[in-house]
Amino acid sequence: MEANLAHTASKQRHKRSALEDFKRAFTGLRRGETIAGYLFLAPNFIGFIIFMLFPICFAFYIMLTDWSLAKAPEFIGFKNFETLVNDRLFWKSLGNSFYYTFVAVPTGIFIAFWLALALNRKMRGIIFFRTVYFLPQITLTVAAATIWRWIYQPEIGMINHILELIGINGPKWIHDTKWAMPSVIIMSNWQGIGFAMLILLAGLQGIPEEYYEAASIDGASGWQRMRFVTLPMLTPALFFVIVTSLIGAFQSFDQFYVLTQGGPAHATTPLTLYIFQNAFSFFKMGYGAALAAVLFVIILIITLIQWQLAQRWVFGFDQDE
Amino acid sequence: MASVRTRKHSLFGQKQSKLLMDLLVYVVLSVVGIIFIMPFAWMVANSFKDIRGIYQYPPTFIPEVWRFDNYHEAWTLTHFDLGFLNSAIVAAAVVLGQLFTASLAGYAFARLRFPGRDKIFLLYISLMMVPFTVLLIPLYVQMRAFGWISTLQAVIVPFLFTPWGTFMMRQFMVTIPRELEDAARIDGCGFFRTYWLIILPLTKPALATLAIFTFVNTWNSFQWPLIVLGKPKVKTLPLLLASFQNQSGMRTPWHLIMAAATFVVIPVLIAFIVGQKYYVRGIVTSGIKGGG
Repeated sequence: MEANLAHTASKQRHKRSALEDFKRAFTGLRRGETIAGYLFLAPNFIGFIIFMLFPICFAFYIMLTDWSLAKAPEFIGFKNFETLVNDRLFWKSLGNSFYYTFVAVPTGIFIAFWLALALNRKMRGIIFFRTVYFLPQITLTVAAATIWRWIYQPEIGMINHILELIGINGPKWIHDTKWAMPSVIIMSNWQGIGFAMLILLAGLQGIPEEYYEAASIDGASGWQRMRFVTLPMLTPALFFVIVTSLIGAFQSFDQFYVLTQGGPAHATTPLTLYIFQNAFSFFKMGYGAALAAVLFVIILIITLIQWQLAQRWVFGFDQDE
Repeated sequence: MASVRTRKHSLFGQKQSKLLMDLLVYVVLSVVGIIFIMPFAWMVANSFKDIRGIYQYPPTFIPEVWRFDNYHEAWTLTHFDLGFLNSAIVAAAVVLGQLFTASLAGYAFARLRFPGRDKIFLLYISLMMVPFTVLLIPLYVQMRAFGWISTLQAVIVPFLFTPWGTFMMRQFMVTIPRELEDAARIDGCGFFRTYWLIILPLTKPALATLAIFTFVNTWNSFQWPLIVLGKPKVKTLPLLLASFQNQSGMRTPWHLIMAAATFVVIPVLIAFIVGQKYYVRGIVTSGIKGGG
């Protein structure tokens, strides 16, 4: 795509200015194509402007106001951000978002990696297992969280019953401030692992067989093949999984809302739920938008850091650029 | 050729160790598989229990008393028929709308030359990264201004346009050989007819991927409908399922909730099993090759 753009750009540069180009596009032979192009793009582009570009710009204004929707918004500058710095619950929810993200994502990818390795073996019935592992992924989070809410019930739930059979007195899971977050993480990983597993599996299948053969001929052991062929060749897929999982984890909402409602004692209120509560329970639109801006900046920074780090560990990262 | 003997030797050992390894992998995969399936099995099993079976101690997996009425009761108690209808309307409208707008724009981006095309495309790609959480509040205010709160428009119209889907369509259409199109153009086909008769049929795999992705996402969508659909009449299935379990009572009717969860999950499971090939391909291509 970059090559395509660069090509068009260079063509334009040494031929004529943009305005002339624009005029020319509407005359002569290319007139029909230009009009068709704009017409084809129109339905999409109009929707894109109304429901995406405009709201994003609008958000910048809302975060600078005090607005309950009942009366007109009052412009208060950066006051929402001052409030935010002194808001204990904001820091708590921010901490929860980080706790959730940086425990759920690494553990999830670790498990997904081993599952993908196992599924990459040439054996019968692999597709069956792949389907099974992927089923939770397409199950709606609300239903999944509902099932798990029941599984986690201290007295009648499945987990504590199984634990009891092997002589362990299970915790109160979602009703215990210490165990609530791990409960959400376990459920989220059960649901989300299929995605990471599938991407990693595709990455594994994309490694040419010859590389392994060459390594074997050179006398590489199984471990060495893993270390010097599989892992380096898998880094682009790993990178993609890490970036998208981190972004996704910071935006998780459904499982918190259904499984724990953010409780007990705000132990599982992530930033997304706190934004939701402020905007749609307390109708503090301005403050909610300010919180959302913080979430956006965090996601942006984490993504940028990932891209920076990628140059050090992702195989062939510079070449793709 | 000296290596032939040693190779034969090790081949025997390798075969055995591969067999052993396969067995080990099967065992691990099965155990993990059971963990993945268990919650579903538990859901279905408990959807057939009566309330006493639910709270009985110690619990049994297979219901002692089978109660098929749960499904009927859960269905009527929460007006799930209306929920199903709402969910189906929303999913169908969003899927068809996205297929149409994304393929049209994808064709324009991939094939037609007009000023500003590549700049607009870059804008699309960059805004793909904006998290939806940022849009929640301004979009809600907008829906209020339009008077769309508690109407199905609010969950349909903003989602008829998809930067991600447009991107995917464009990437797919770029790979279609130009000759076919040129032939059609020489035969006097207009741009729309070329798109409709030549390009669309060739884009079927990408369309199928977009359709199944969008269906699953729309059917499962929760946060946005939760915000804009307040009235019971317009609620979609996930909303009904969530509010069903928050109804207060002495004992939570888990057997009914599990029955409700079962029939909410089933349509997506069917969609996935039917369209698994396209779904998997969508994840893989949009993932690994997403950079374009």
